[in-house]
Amino acid sequence: MMRHLISAADLTRDDAVLILDTAEEMARVADRPIKKLPTLRGRTVVNLFFEDSTRTRISFEAAEKRLSADVINFTAKGSSVSKGESLKDTAQTLEAMGVDAVVIRHGASGAPYRLATSDWIDATVINAGDGTHQHPTQALLDAFTMRRRLVGRDAGLGQDLEGKRITLVGDVLHSRVARSNVDLLHTLGAEVTLVAPPTLLPIGVEHWPAHVSYDIDSVLAKSDAVMMLRVQRERMNAAFFPTEREYSRRYGLNGERMAKMPEHAIVMHPGPMVRGMEITADVADSDRCTVVEQVANGVSVRMAVLYLLLGGNESATPAPAARTEESK
Amino acid sequence: MDTSSTGVTGSKSDADAARAVLEGPDIARMLTRIAHEIVERAKGADDCVLLGIPTRGVFLARRLGAKLEEITGRPVPVGSLDITMYRDDLRMRPARALARTEIPGDGLDGRLVVLVDDVLFSGRTIRAALDALGDLGRPRAVQLAVLVDRGHRELPIRADYVGKNLPTSLRETVKVQLAEEDGRDTVLLGVKQTSPADK
Amino acid sequence: MSKTLIRGAKVLGGEAQDVLIDGETIAQVGTGLEAGDATVVEAEGKILLPGLVDLHTHLREPGREDSETVLTGTRAAASGGYTAVFAMANTFPVADTAGVVEQVWRLGQESGYCDVQPIGAVTVGLEGKQLAELGAMHDSAAGVKVFSDDGKCVDDAVIMRRALEYVKAFGGVVAQHAQEPRLTEGAQMNEGVVSAELGLGGWPAVAEESIIARDVLLAEHVGSRVHICHLSTAGSVEIVRWAKSRGIDVTAEVTPHHLLLTDELVRSYNPVYKVNPPLRTEKDVMALREALADGTIDIVATDHAPHPHEDKDCEWAAAAMGMVGLETALSVVQQTMVETGLLDWAGVAERMSYAPAVIGRLEGHGRPVAAGEPANLTLVDAAYRGQVDPAGFASRSRNTPYQGRELPGRVTHTFLRGRATVVDGKLA
Repeated sequence: MMRHLISAADLTRDDAVLILDTAEEMARVADRPIKKLPTLRGRTVVNLFFEDSTRTRISFEAAEKRLSADVINFTAKGSSVSKGESLKDTAQTLEAMGVDAVVIRHGASGAPYRLATSDWIDATVINAGDGTHQHPTQALLDAFTMRRRLVGRDAGLGQDLEGKRITLVGDVLHSRVARSNVDLLHTLGAEVTLVAPPTLLPIGVEHWPAHVSYDIDSVLAKSDAVMMLRVQRERMNAAFFPTEREYSRRYGLNGERMAKMPEHAIVMHPGPMVRGMEITADVADSDRCTVVEQVANGVSVRMAVLYLLLGGNESATPAPAARTEESK
Repeated sequence: MDTSSTGVTGSKSDADAARAVLEGPDIARMLTRIAHEIVERAKGADDCVLLGIPTRGVFLARRLGAKLEEITGRPVPVGSLDITMYRDDLRMRPARALARTEIPGDGLDGRLVVLVDDVLFSGRTIRAALDALGDLGRPRAVQLAVLVDRGHRELPIRADYVGKNLPTSLRETVKVQLAEEDGRDTVLLGVKQTSPADK
Repeated sequence: MSKTLIRGAKVLGGEAQDVLIDGETIAQVGTGLEAGDATVVEAEGKILLPGLVDLHTHLREPGREDSETVLTGTRAAASGGYTAVFAMANTFPVADTAGVVEQVWRLGQESGYCDVQPIGAVTVGLEGKQLAELGAMHDSAAGVKVFSDDGKCVDDAVIMRRALEYVKAFGGVVAQHAQEPRLTEGAQMNEGVVSAELGLGGWPAVAEESIIARDVLLAEHVGSRVHICHLSTAGSVEIVRWAKSRGIDVTAEVTPHHLLLTDELVRSYNPVYKVNPPLRTEKDVMALREALADGTIDIVATDHAPHPHEDKDCEWAAAAMGMVGLETALSVVQQTMVETGLLDWAGVAERMSYAPAVIGRLEGHGRPVAAGEPANLTLVDAAYRGQVDPAGFASRSRNTPYQGRELPGRVTHTFLRGRATVVDGKLA
């Protein structure tokens, strides 16, 4: 595995399975009386958030604290960043403080990549969402949730998502979640279908390893998981679609549509949901909807990523077939 | 704790160079003896929980559990305790894949926990295991059973039950093979080779 | 007056000849010329071209002297073999009055490294709303003939129509930066396969092509001529080709970087590749080369756009758009056009010297290498191979996309009206 986690596209199948397997062990920590491991004691992790995202930040923070890392939260609002300090200056400040890892959320696509490849900072960089580019830990927690539900908690260990049919519906154009998921799900052997109005699909999407459809009803029956992407209301004003009502009628998931899905199929959402827009309340609150589970899984997956990137003197190398056993 | 590591793939050549000091029947006999000692010292072992340390400690714990059941006529809870994230040498090597920690249903509080491992060497694994146990519950007492004690302790730790004391030099390696993982039961004594795996 | 004899140079890549410069003019061209008291420049194997003319340079002065000044910019121009540059109007203040264009013109006169011909803004403050005093700028000492809001598009069709009509009175030309603003809101890179993957705002080819199509039709309608800045797409080439076949008075330029680089480079998220118009695809690059070869595109212009280090040493979205180009332009053209067999050196002289001077109505530049002509000359060692090292640039800025890249050719001498501005590859 590489030293940084910037894009889901950088993960090999074995990397991804190692992260999911490790996350499965991390999940068990949550069931213990003391939900803490000493693994990252003495390591400093900065959550560098240039965009508001309380959900993602507290998920990372919980993961870091469960691994005993020292956590510094750096939010752009009210800091010198909002007074015009550049990413470079901020990075160099953090470097001078001796941080071991930077978890970065940034509005500009490519900012984490820049941080990792520039000479501004030496720390491990973990992308917590950049612009409309990538959100790799979200894709990993989604894959983790799918593997648990569709393959099984123990049966899933060491397994990928070969042959699973995953449908992503909504604003693919502006979605880093969609990009990360397409990359990772493809790597894990799943068959991905994107459903959106043509205005919300990027030019060039035909080169992605995914099918594209404009018609949600034609794919639901052939889906093992349906992931609804958030659609921001302001897109309406930029003429991506005419009205909220028309969007939810053509692309929203309601009870009637959910009924067309196979018995075992699940409904996913990266949150926060816009109820009434892409998803109706009855679907959001149904047993098939994994939104709450995804949040819990997020902590486990982020613990796994932090452990594998920071736990040793270098990142873990996946070698499940030839695991090293020590003689004593 | 472990000064040499030998990949499974490389173990064939090591095995050729190494000498078997214990064979299957020896191992079986030792486990039977340890089981009897546990019953005797724990006065029936009715609050006993066996926790194996992955990988081979888990197989030994299961075998020990079966023997205890034969002796006492009651099932004995057996689990596993992965100590990877409690190791004190984490930063000296690449991050490792984790093994399973499985605590039997009734938990550890107030019980006699017997840790089971294949080889006792520096004692650092057991130190890590004691730390891990502290986060999982509060046993009445903790004891340690090992198949082989090869000496060279670096911490004030000693085993309560020992299959065989095997005096070794630091140049030597001790490798336990068990049928569940390796296809046969044996303990090999070899000479440490400098290989890329020994960084 | 001093004399210089350039001995044995291949004039426009042809037969080896001697060129004698006497004072500001070329005195003689021939073989076996006597040196006499002239300084001799041994030029065996080198290519002699007329001094290059850049119709599209950003000198940044006044206002952004931290990135470039008229002096440093003209030094960079001379190093790259240029004897005249047209300075774009997007300075601070904007060159939209006679006062500002005269200031730039004077600074150019003083620099002595190459002639500076200011370009005037089409609209006040480049805002696209009200025509600037085009006539006053033309009548000023600077004698402005080219008008452009470059950096911004004159997107209002009526304003564009009026500008095209108005400059006819004094033989001016409007140079359009073709970029439909609504289609490029938030645009960061070429819209296509790579932008979809990188999640960077897409800059569609149609945003350029729709403006070019409109403007050639406007030029036809009002009977004026129009110049299109930095064509970057295969579709733009098709439109210009069609317009020319129809007899519309349109000329077009391409930058060196659009002849060589593609949007694949953006995968590095390195803002040194961020430029307006954006780097396009391989298919576009090939179409641009072909169009430059067949004359659909008339000239190469650098769009030399200096930026200070901090404006590029940041995340992509925050970075400034533009690349420096004066000191690498000829090398890039040699690699992409000459060494591919698309253009000979006479063709290079046409695209980088004669034609730009004609489009800009610039006297005394872009003249043949012949007796009696002004001694504006560039001597090129085409056999040279070397890696681009921005540390050696004369420009104040270093934002080159070619750092570390091997490019062919090197300007060894530049003569501005007989005076050497570059000798043996170094500024005189």
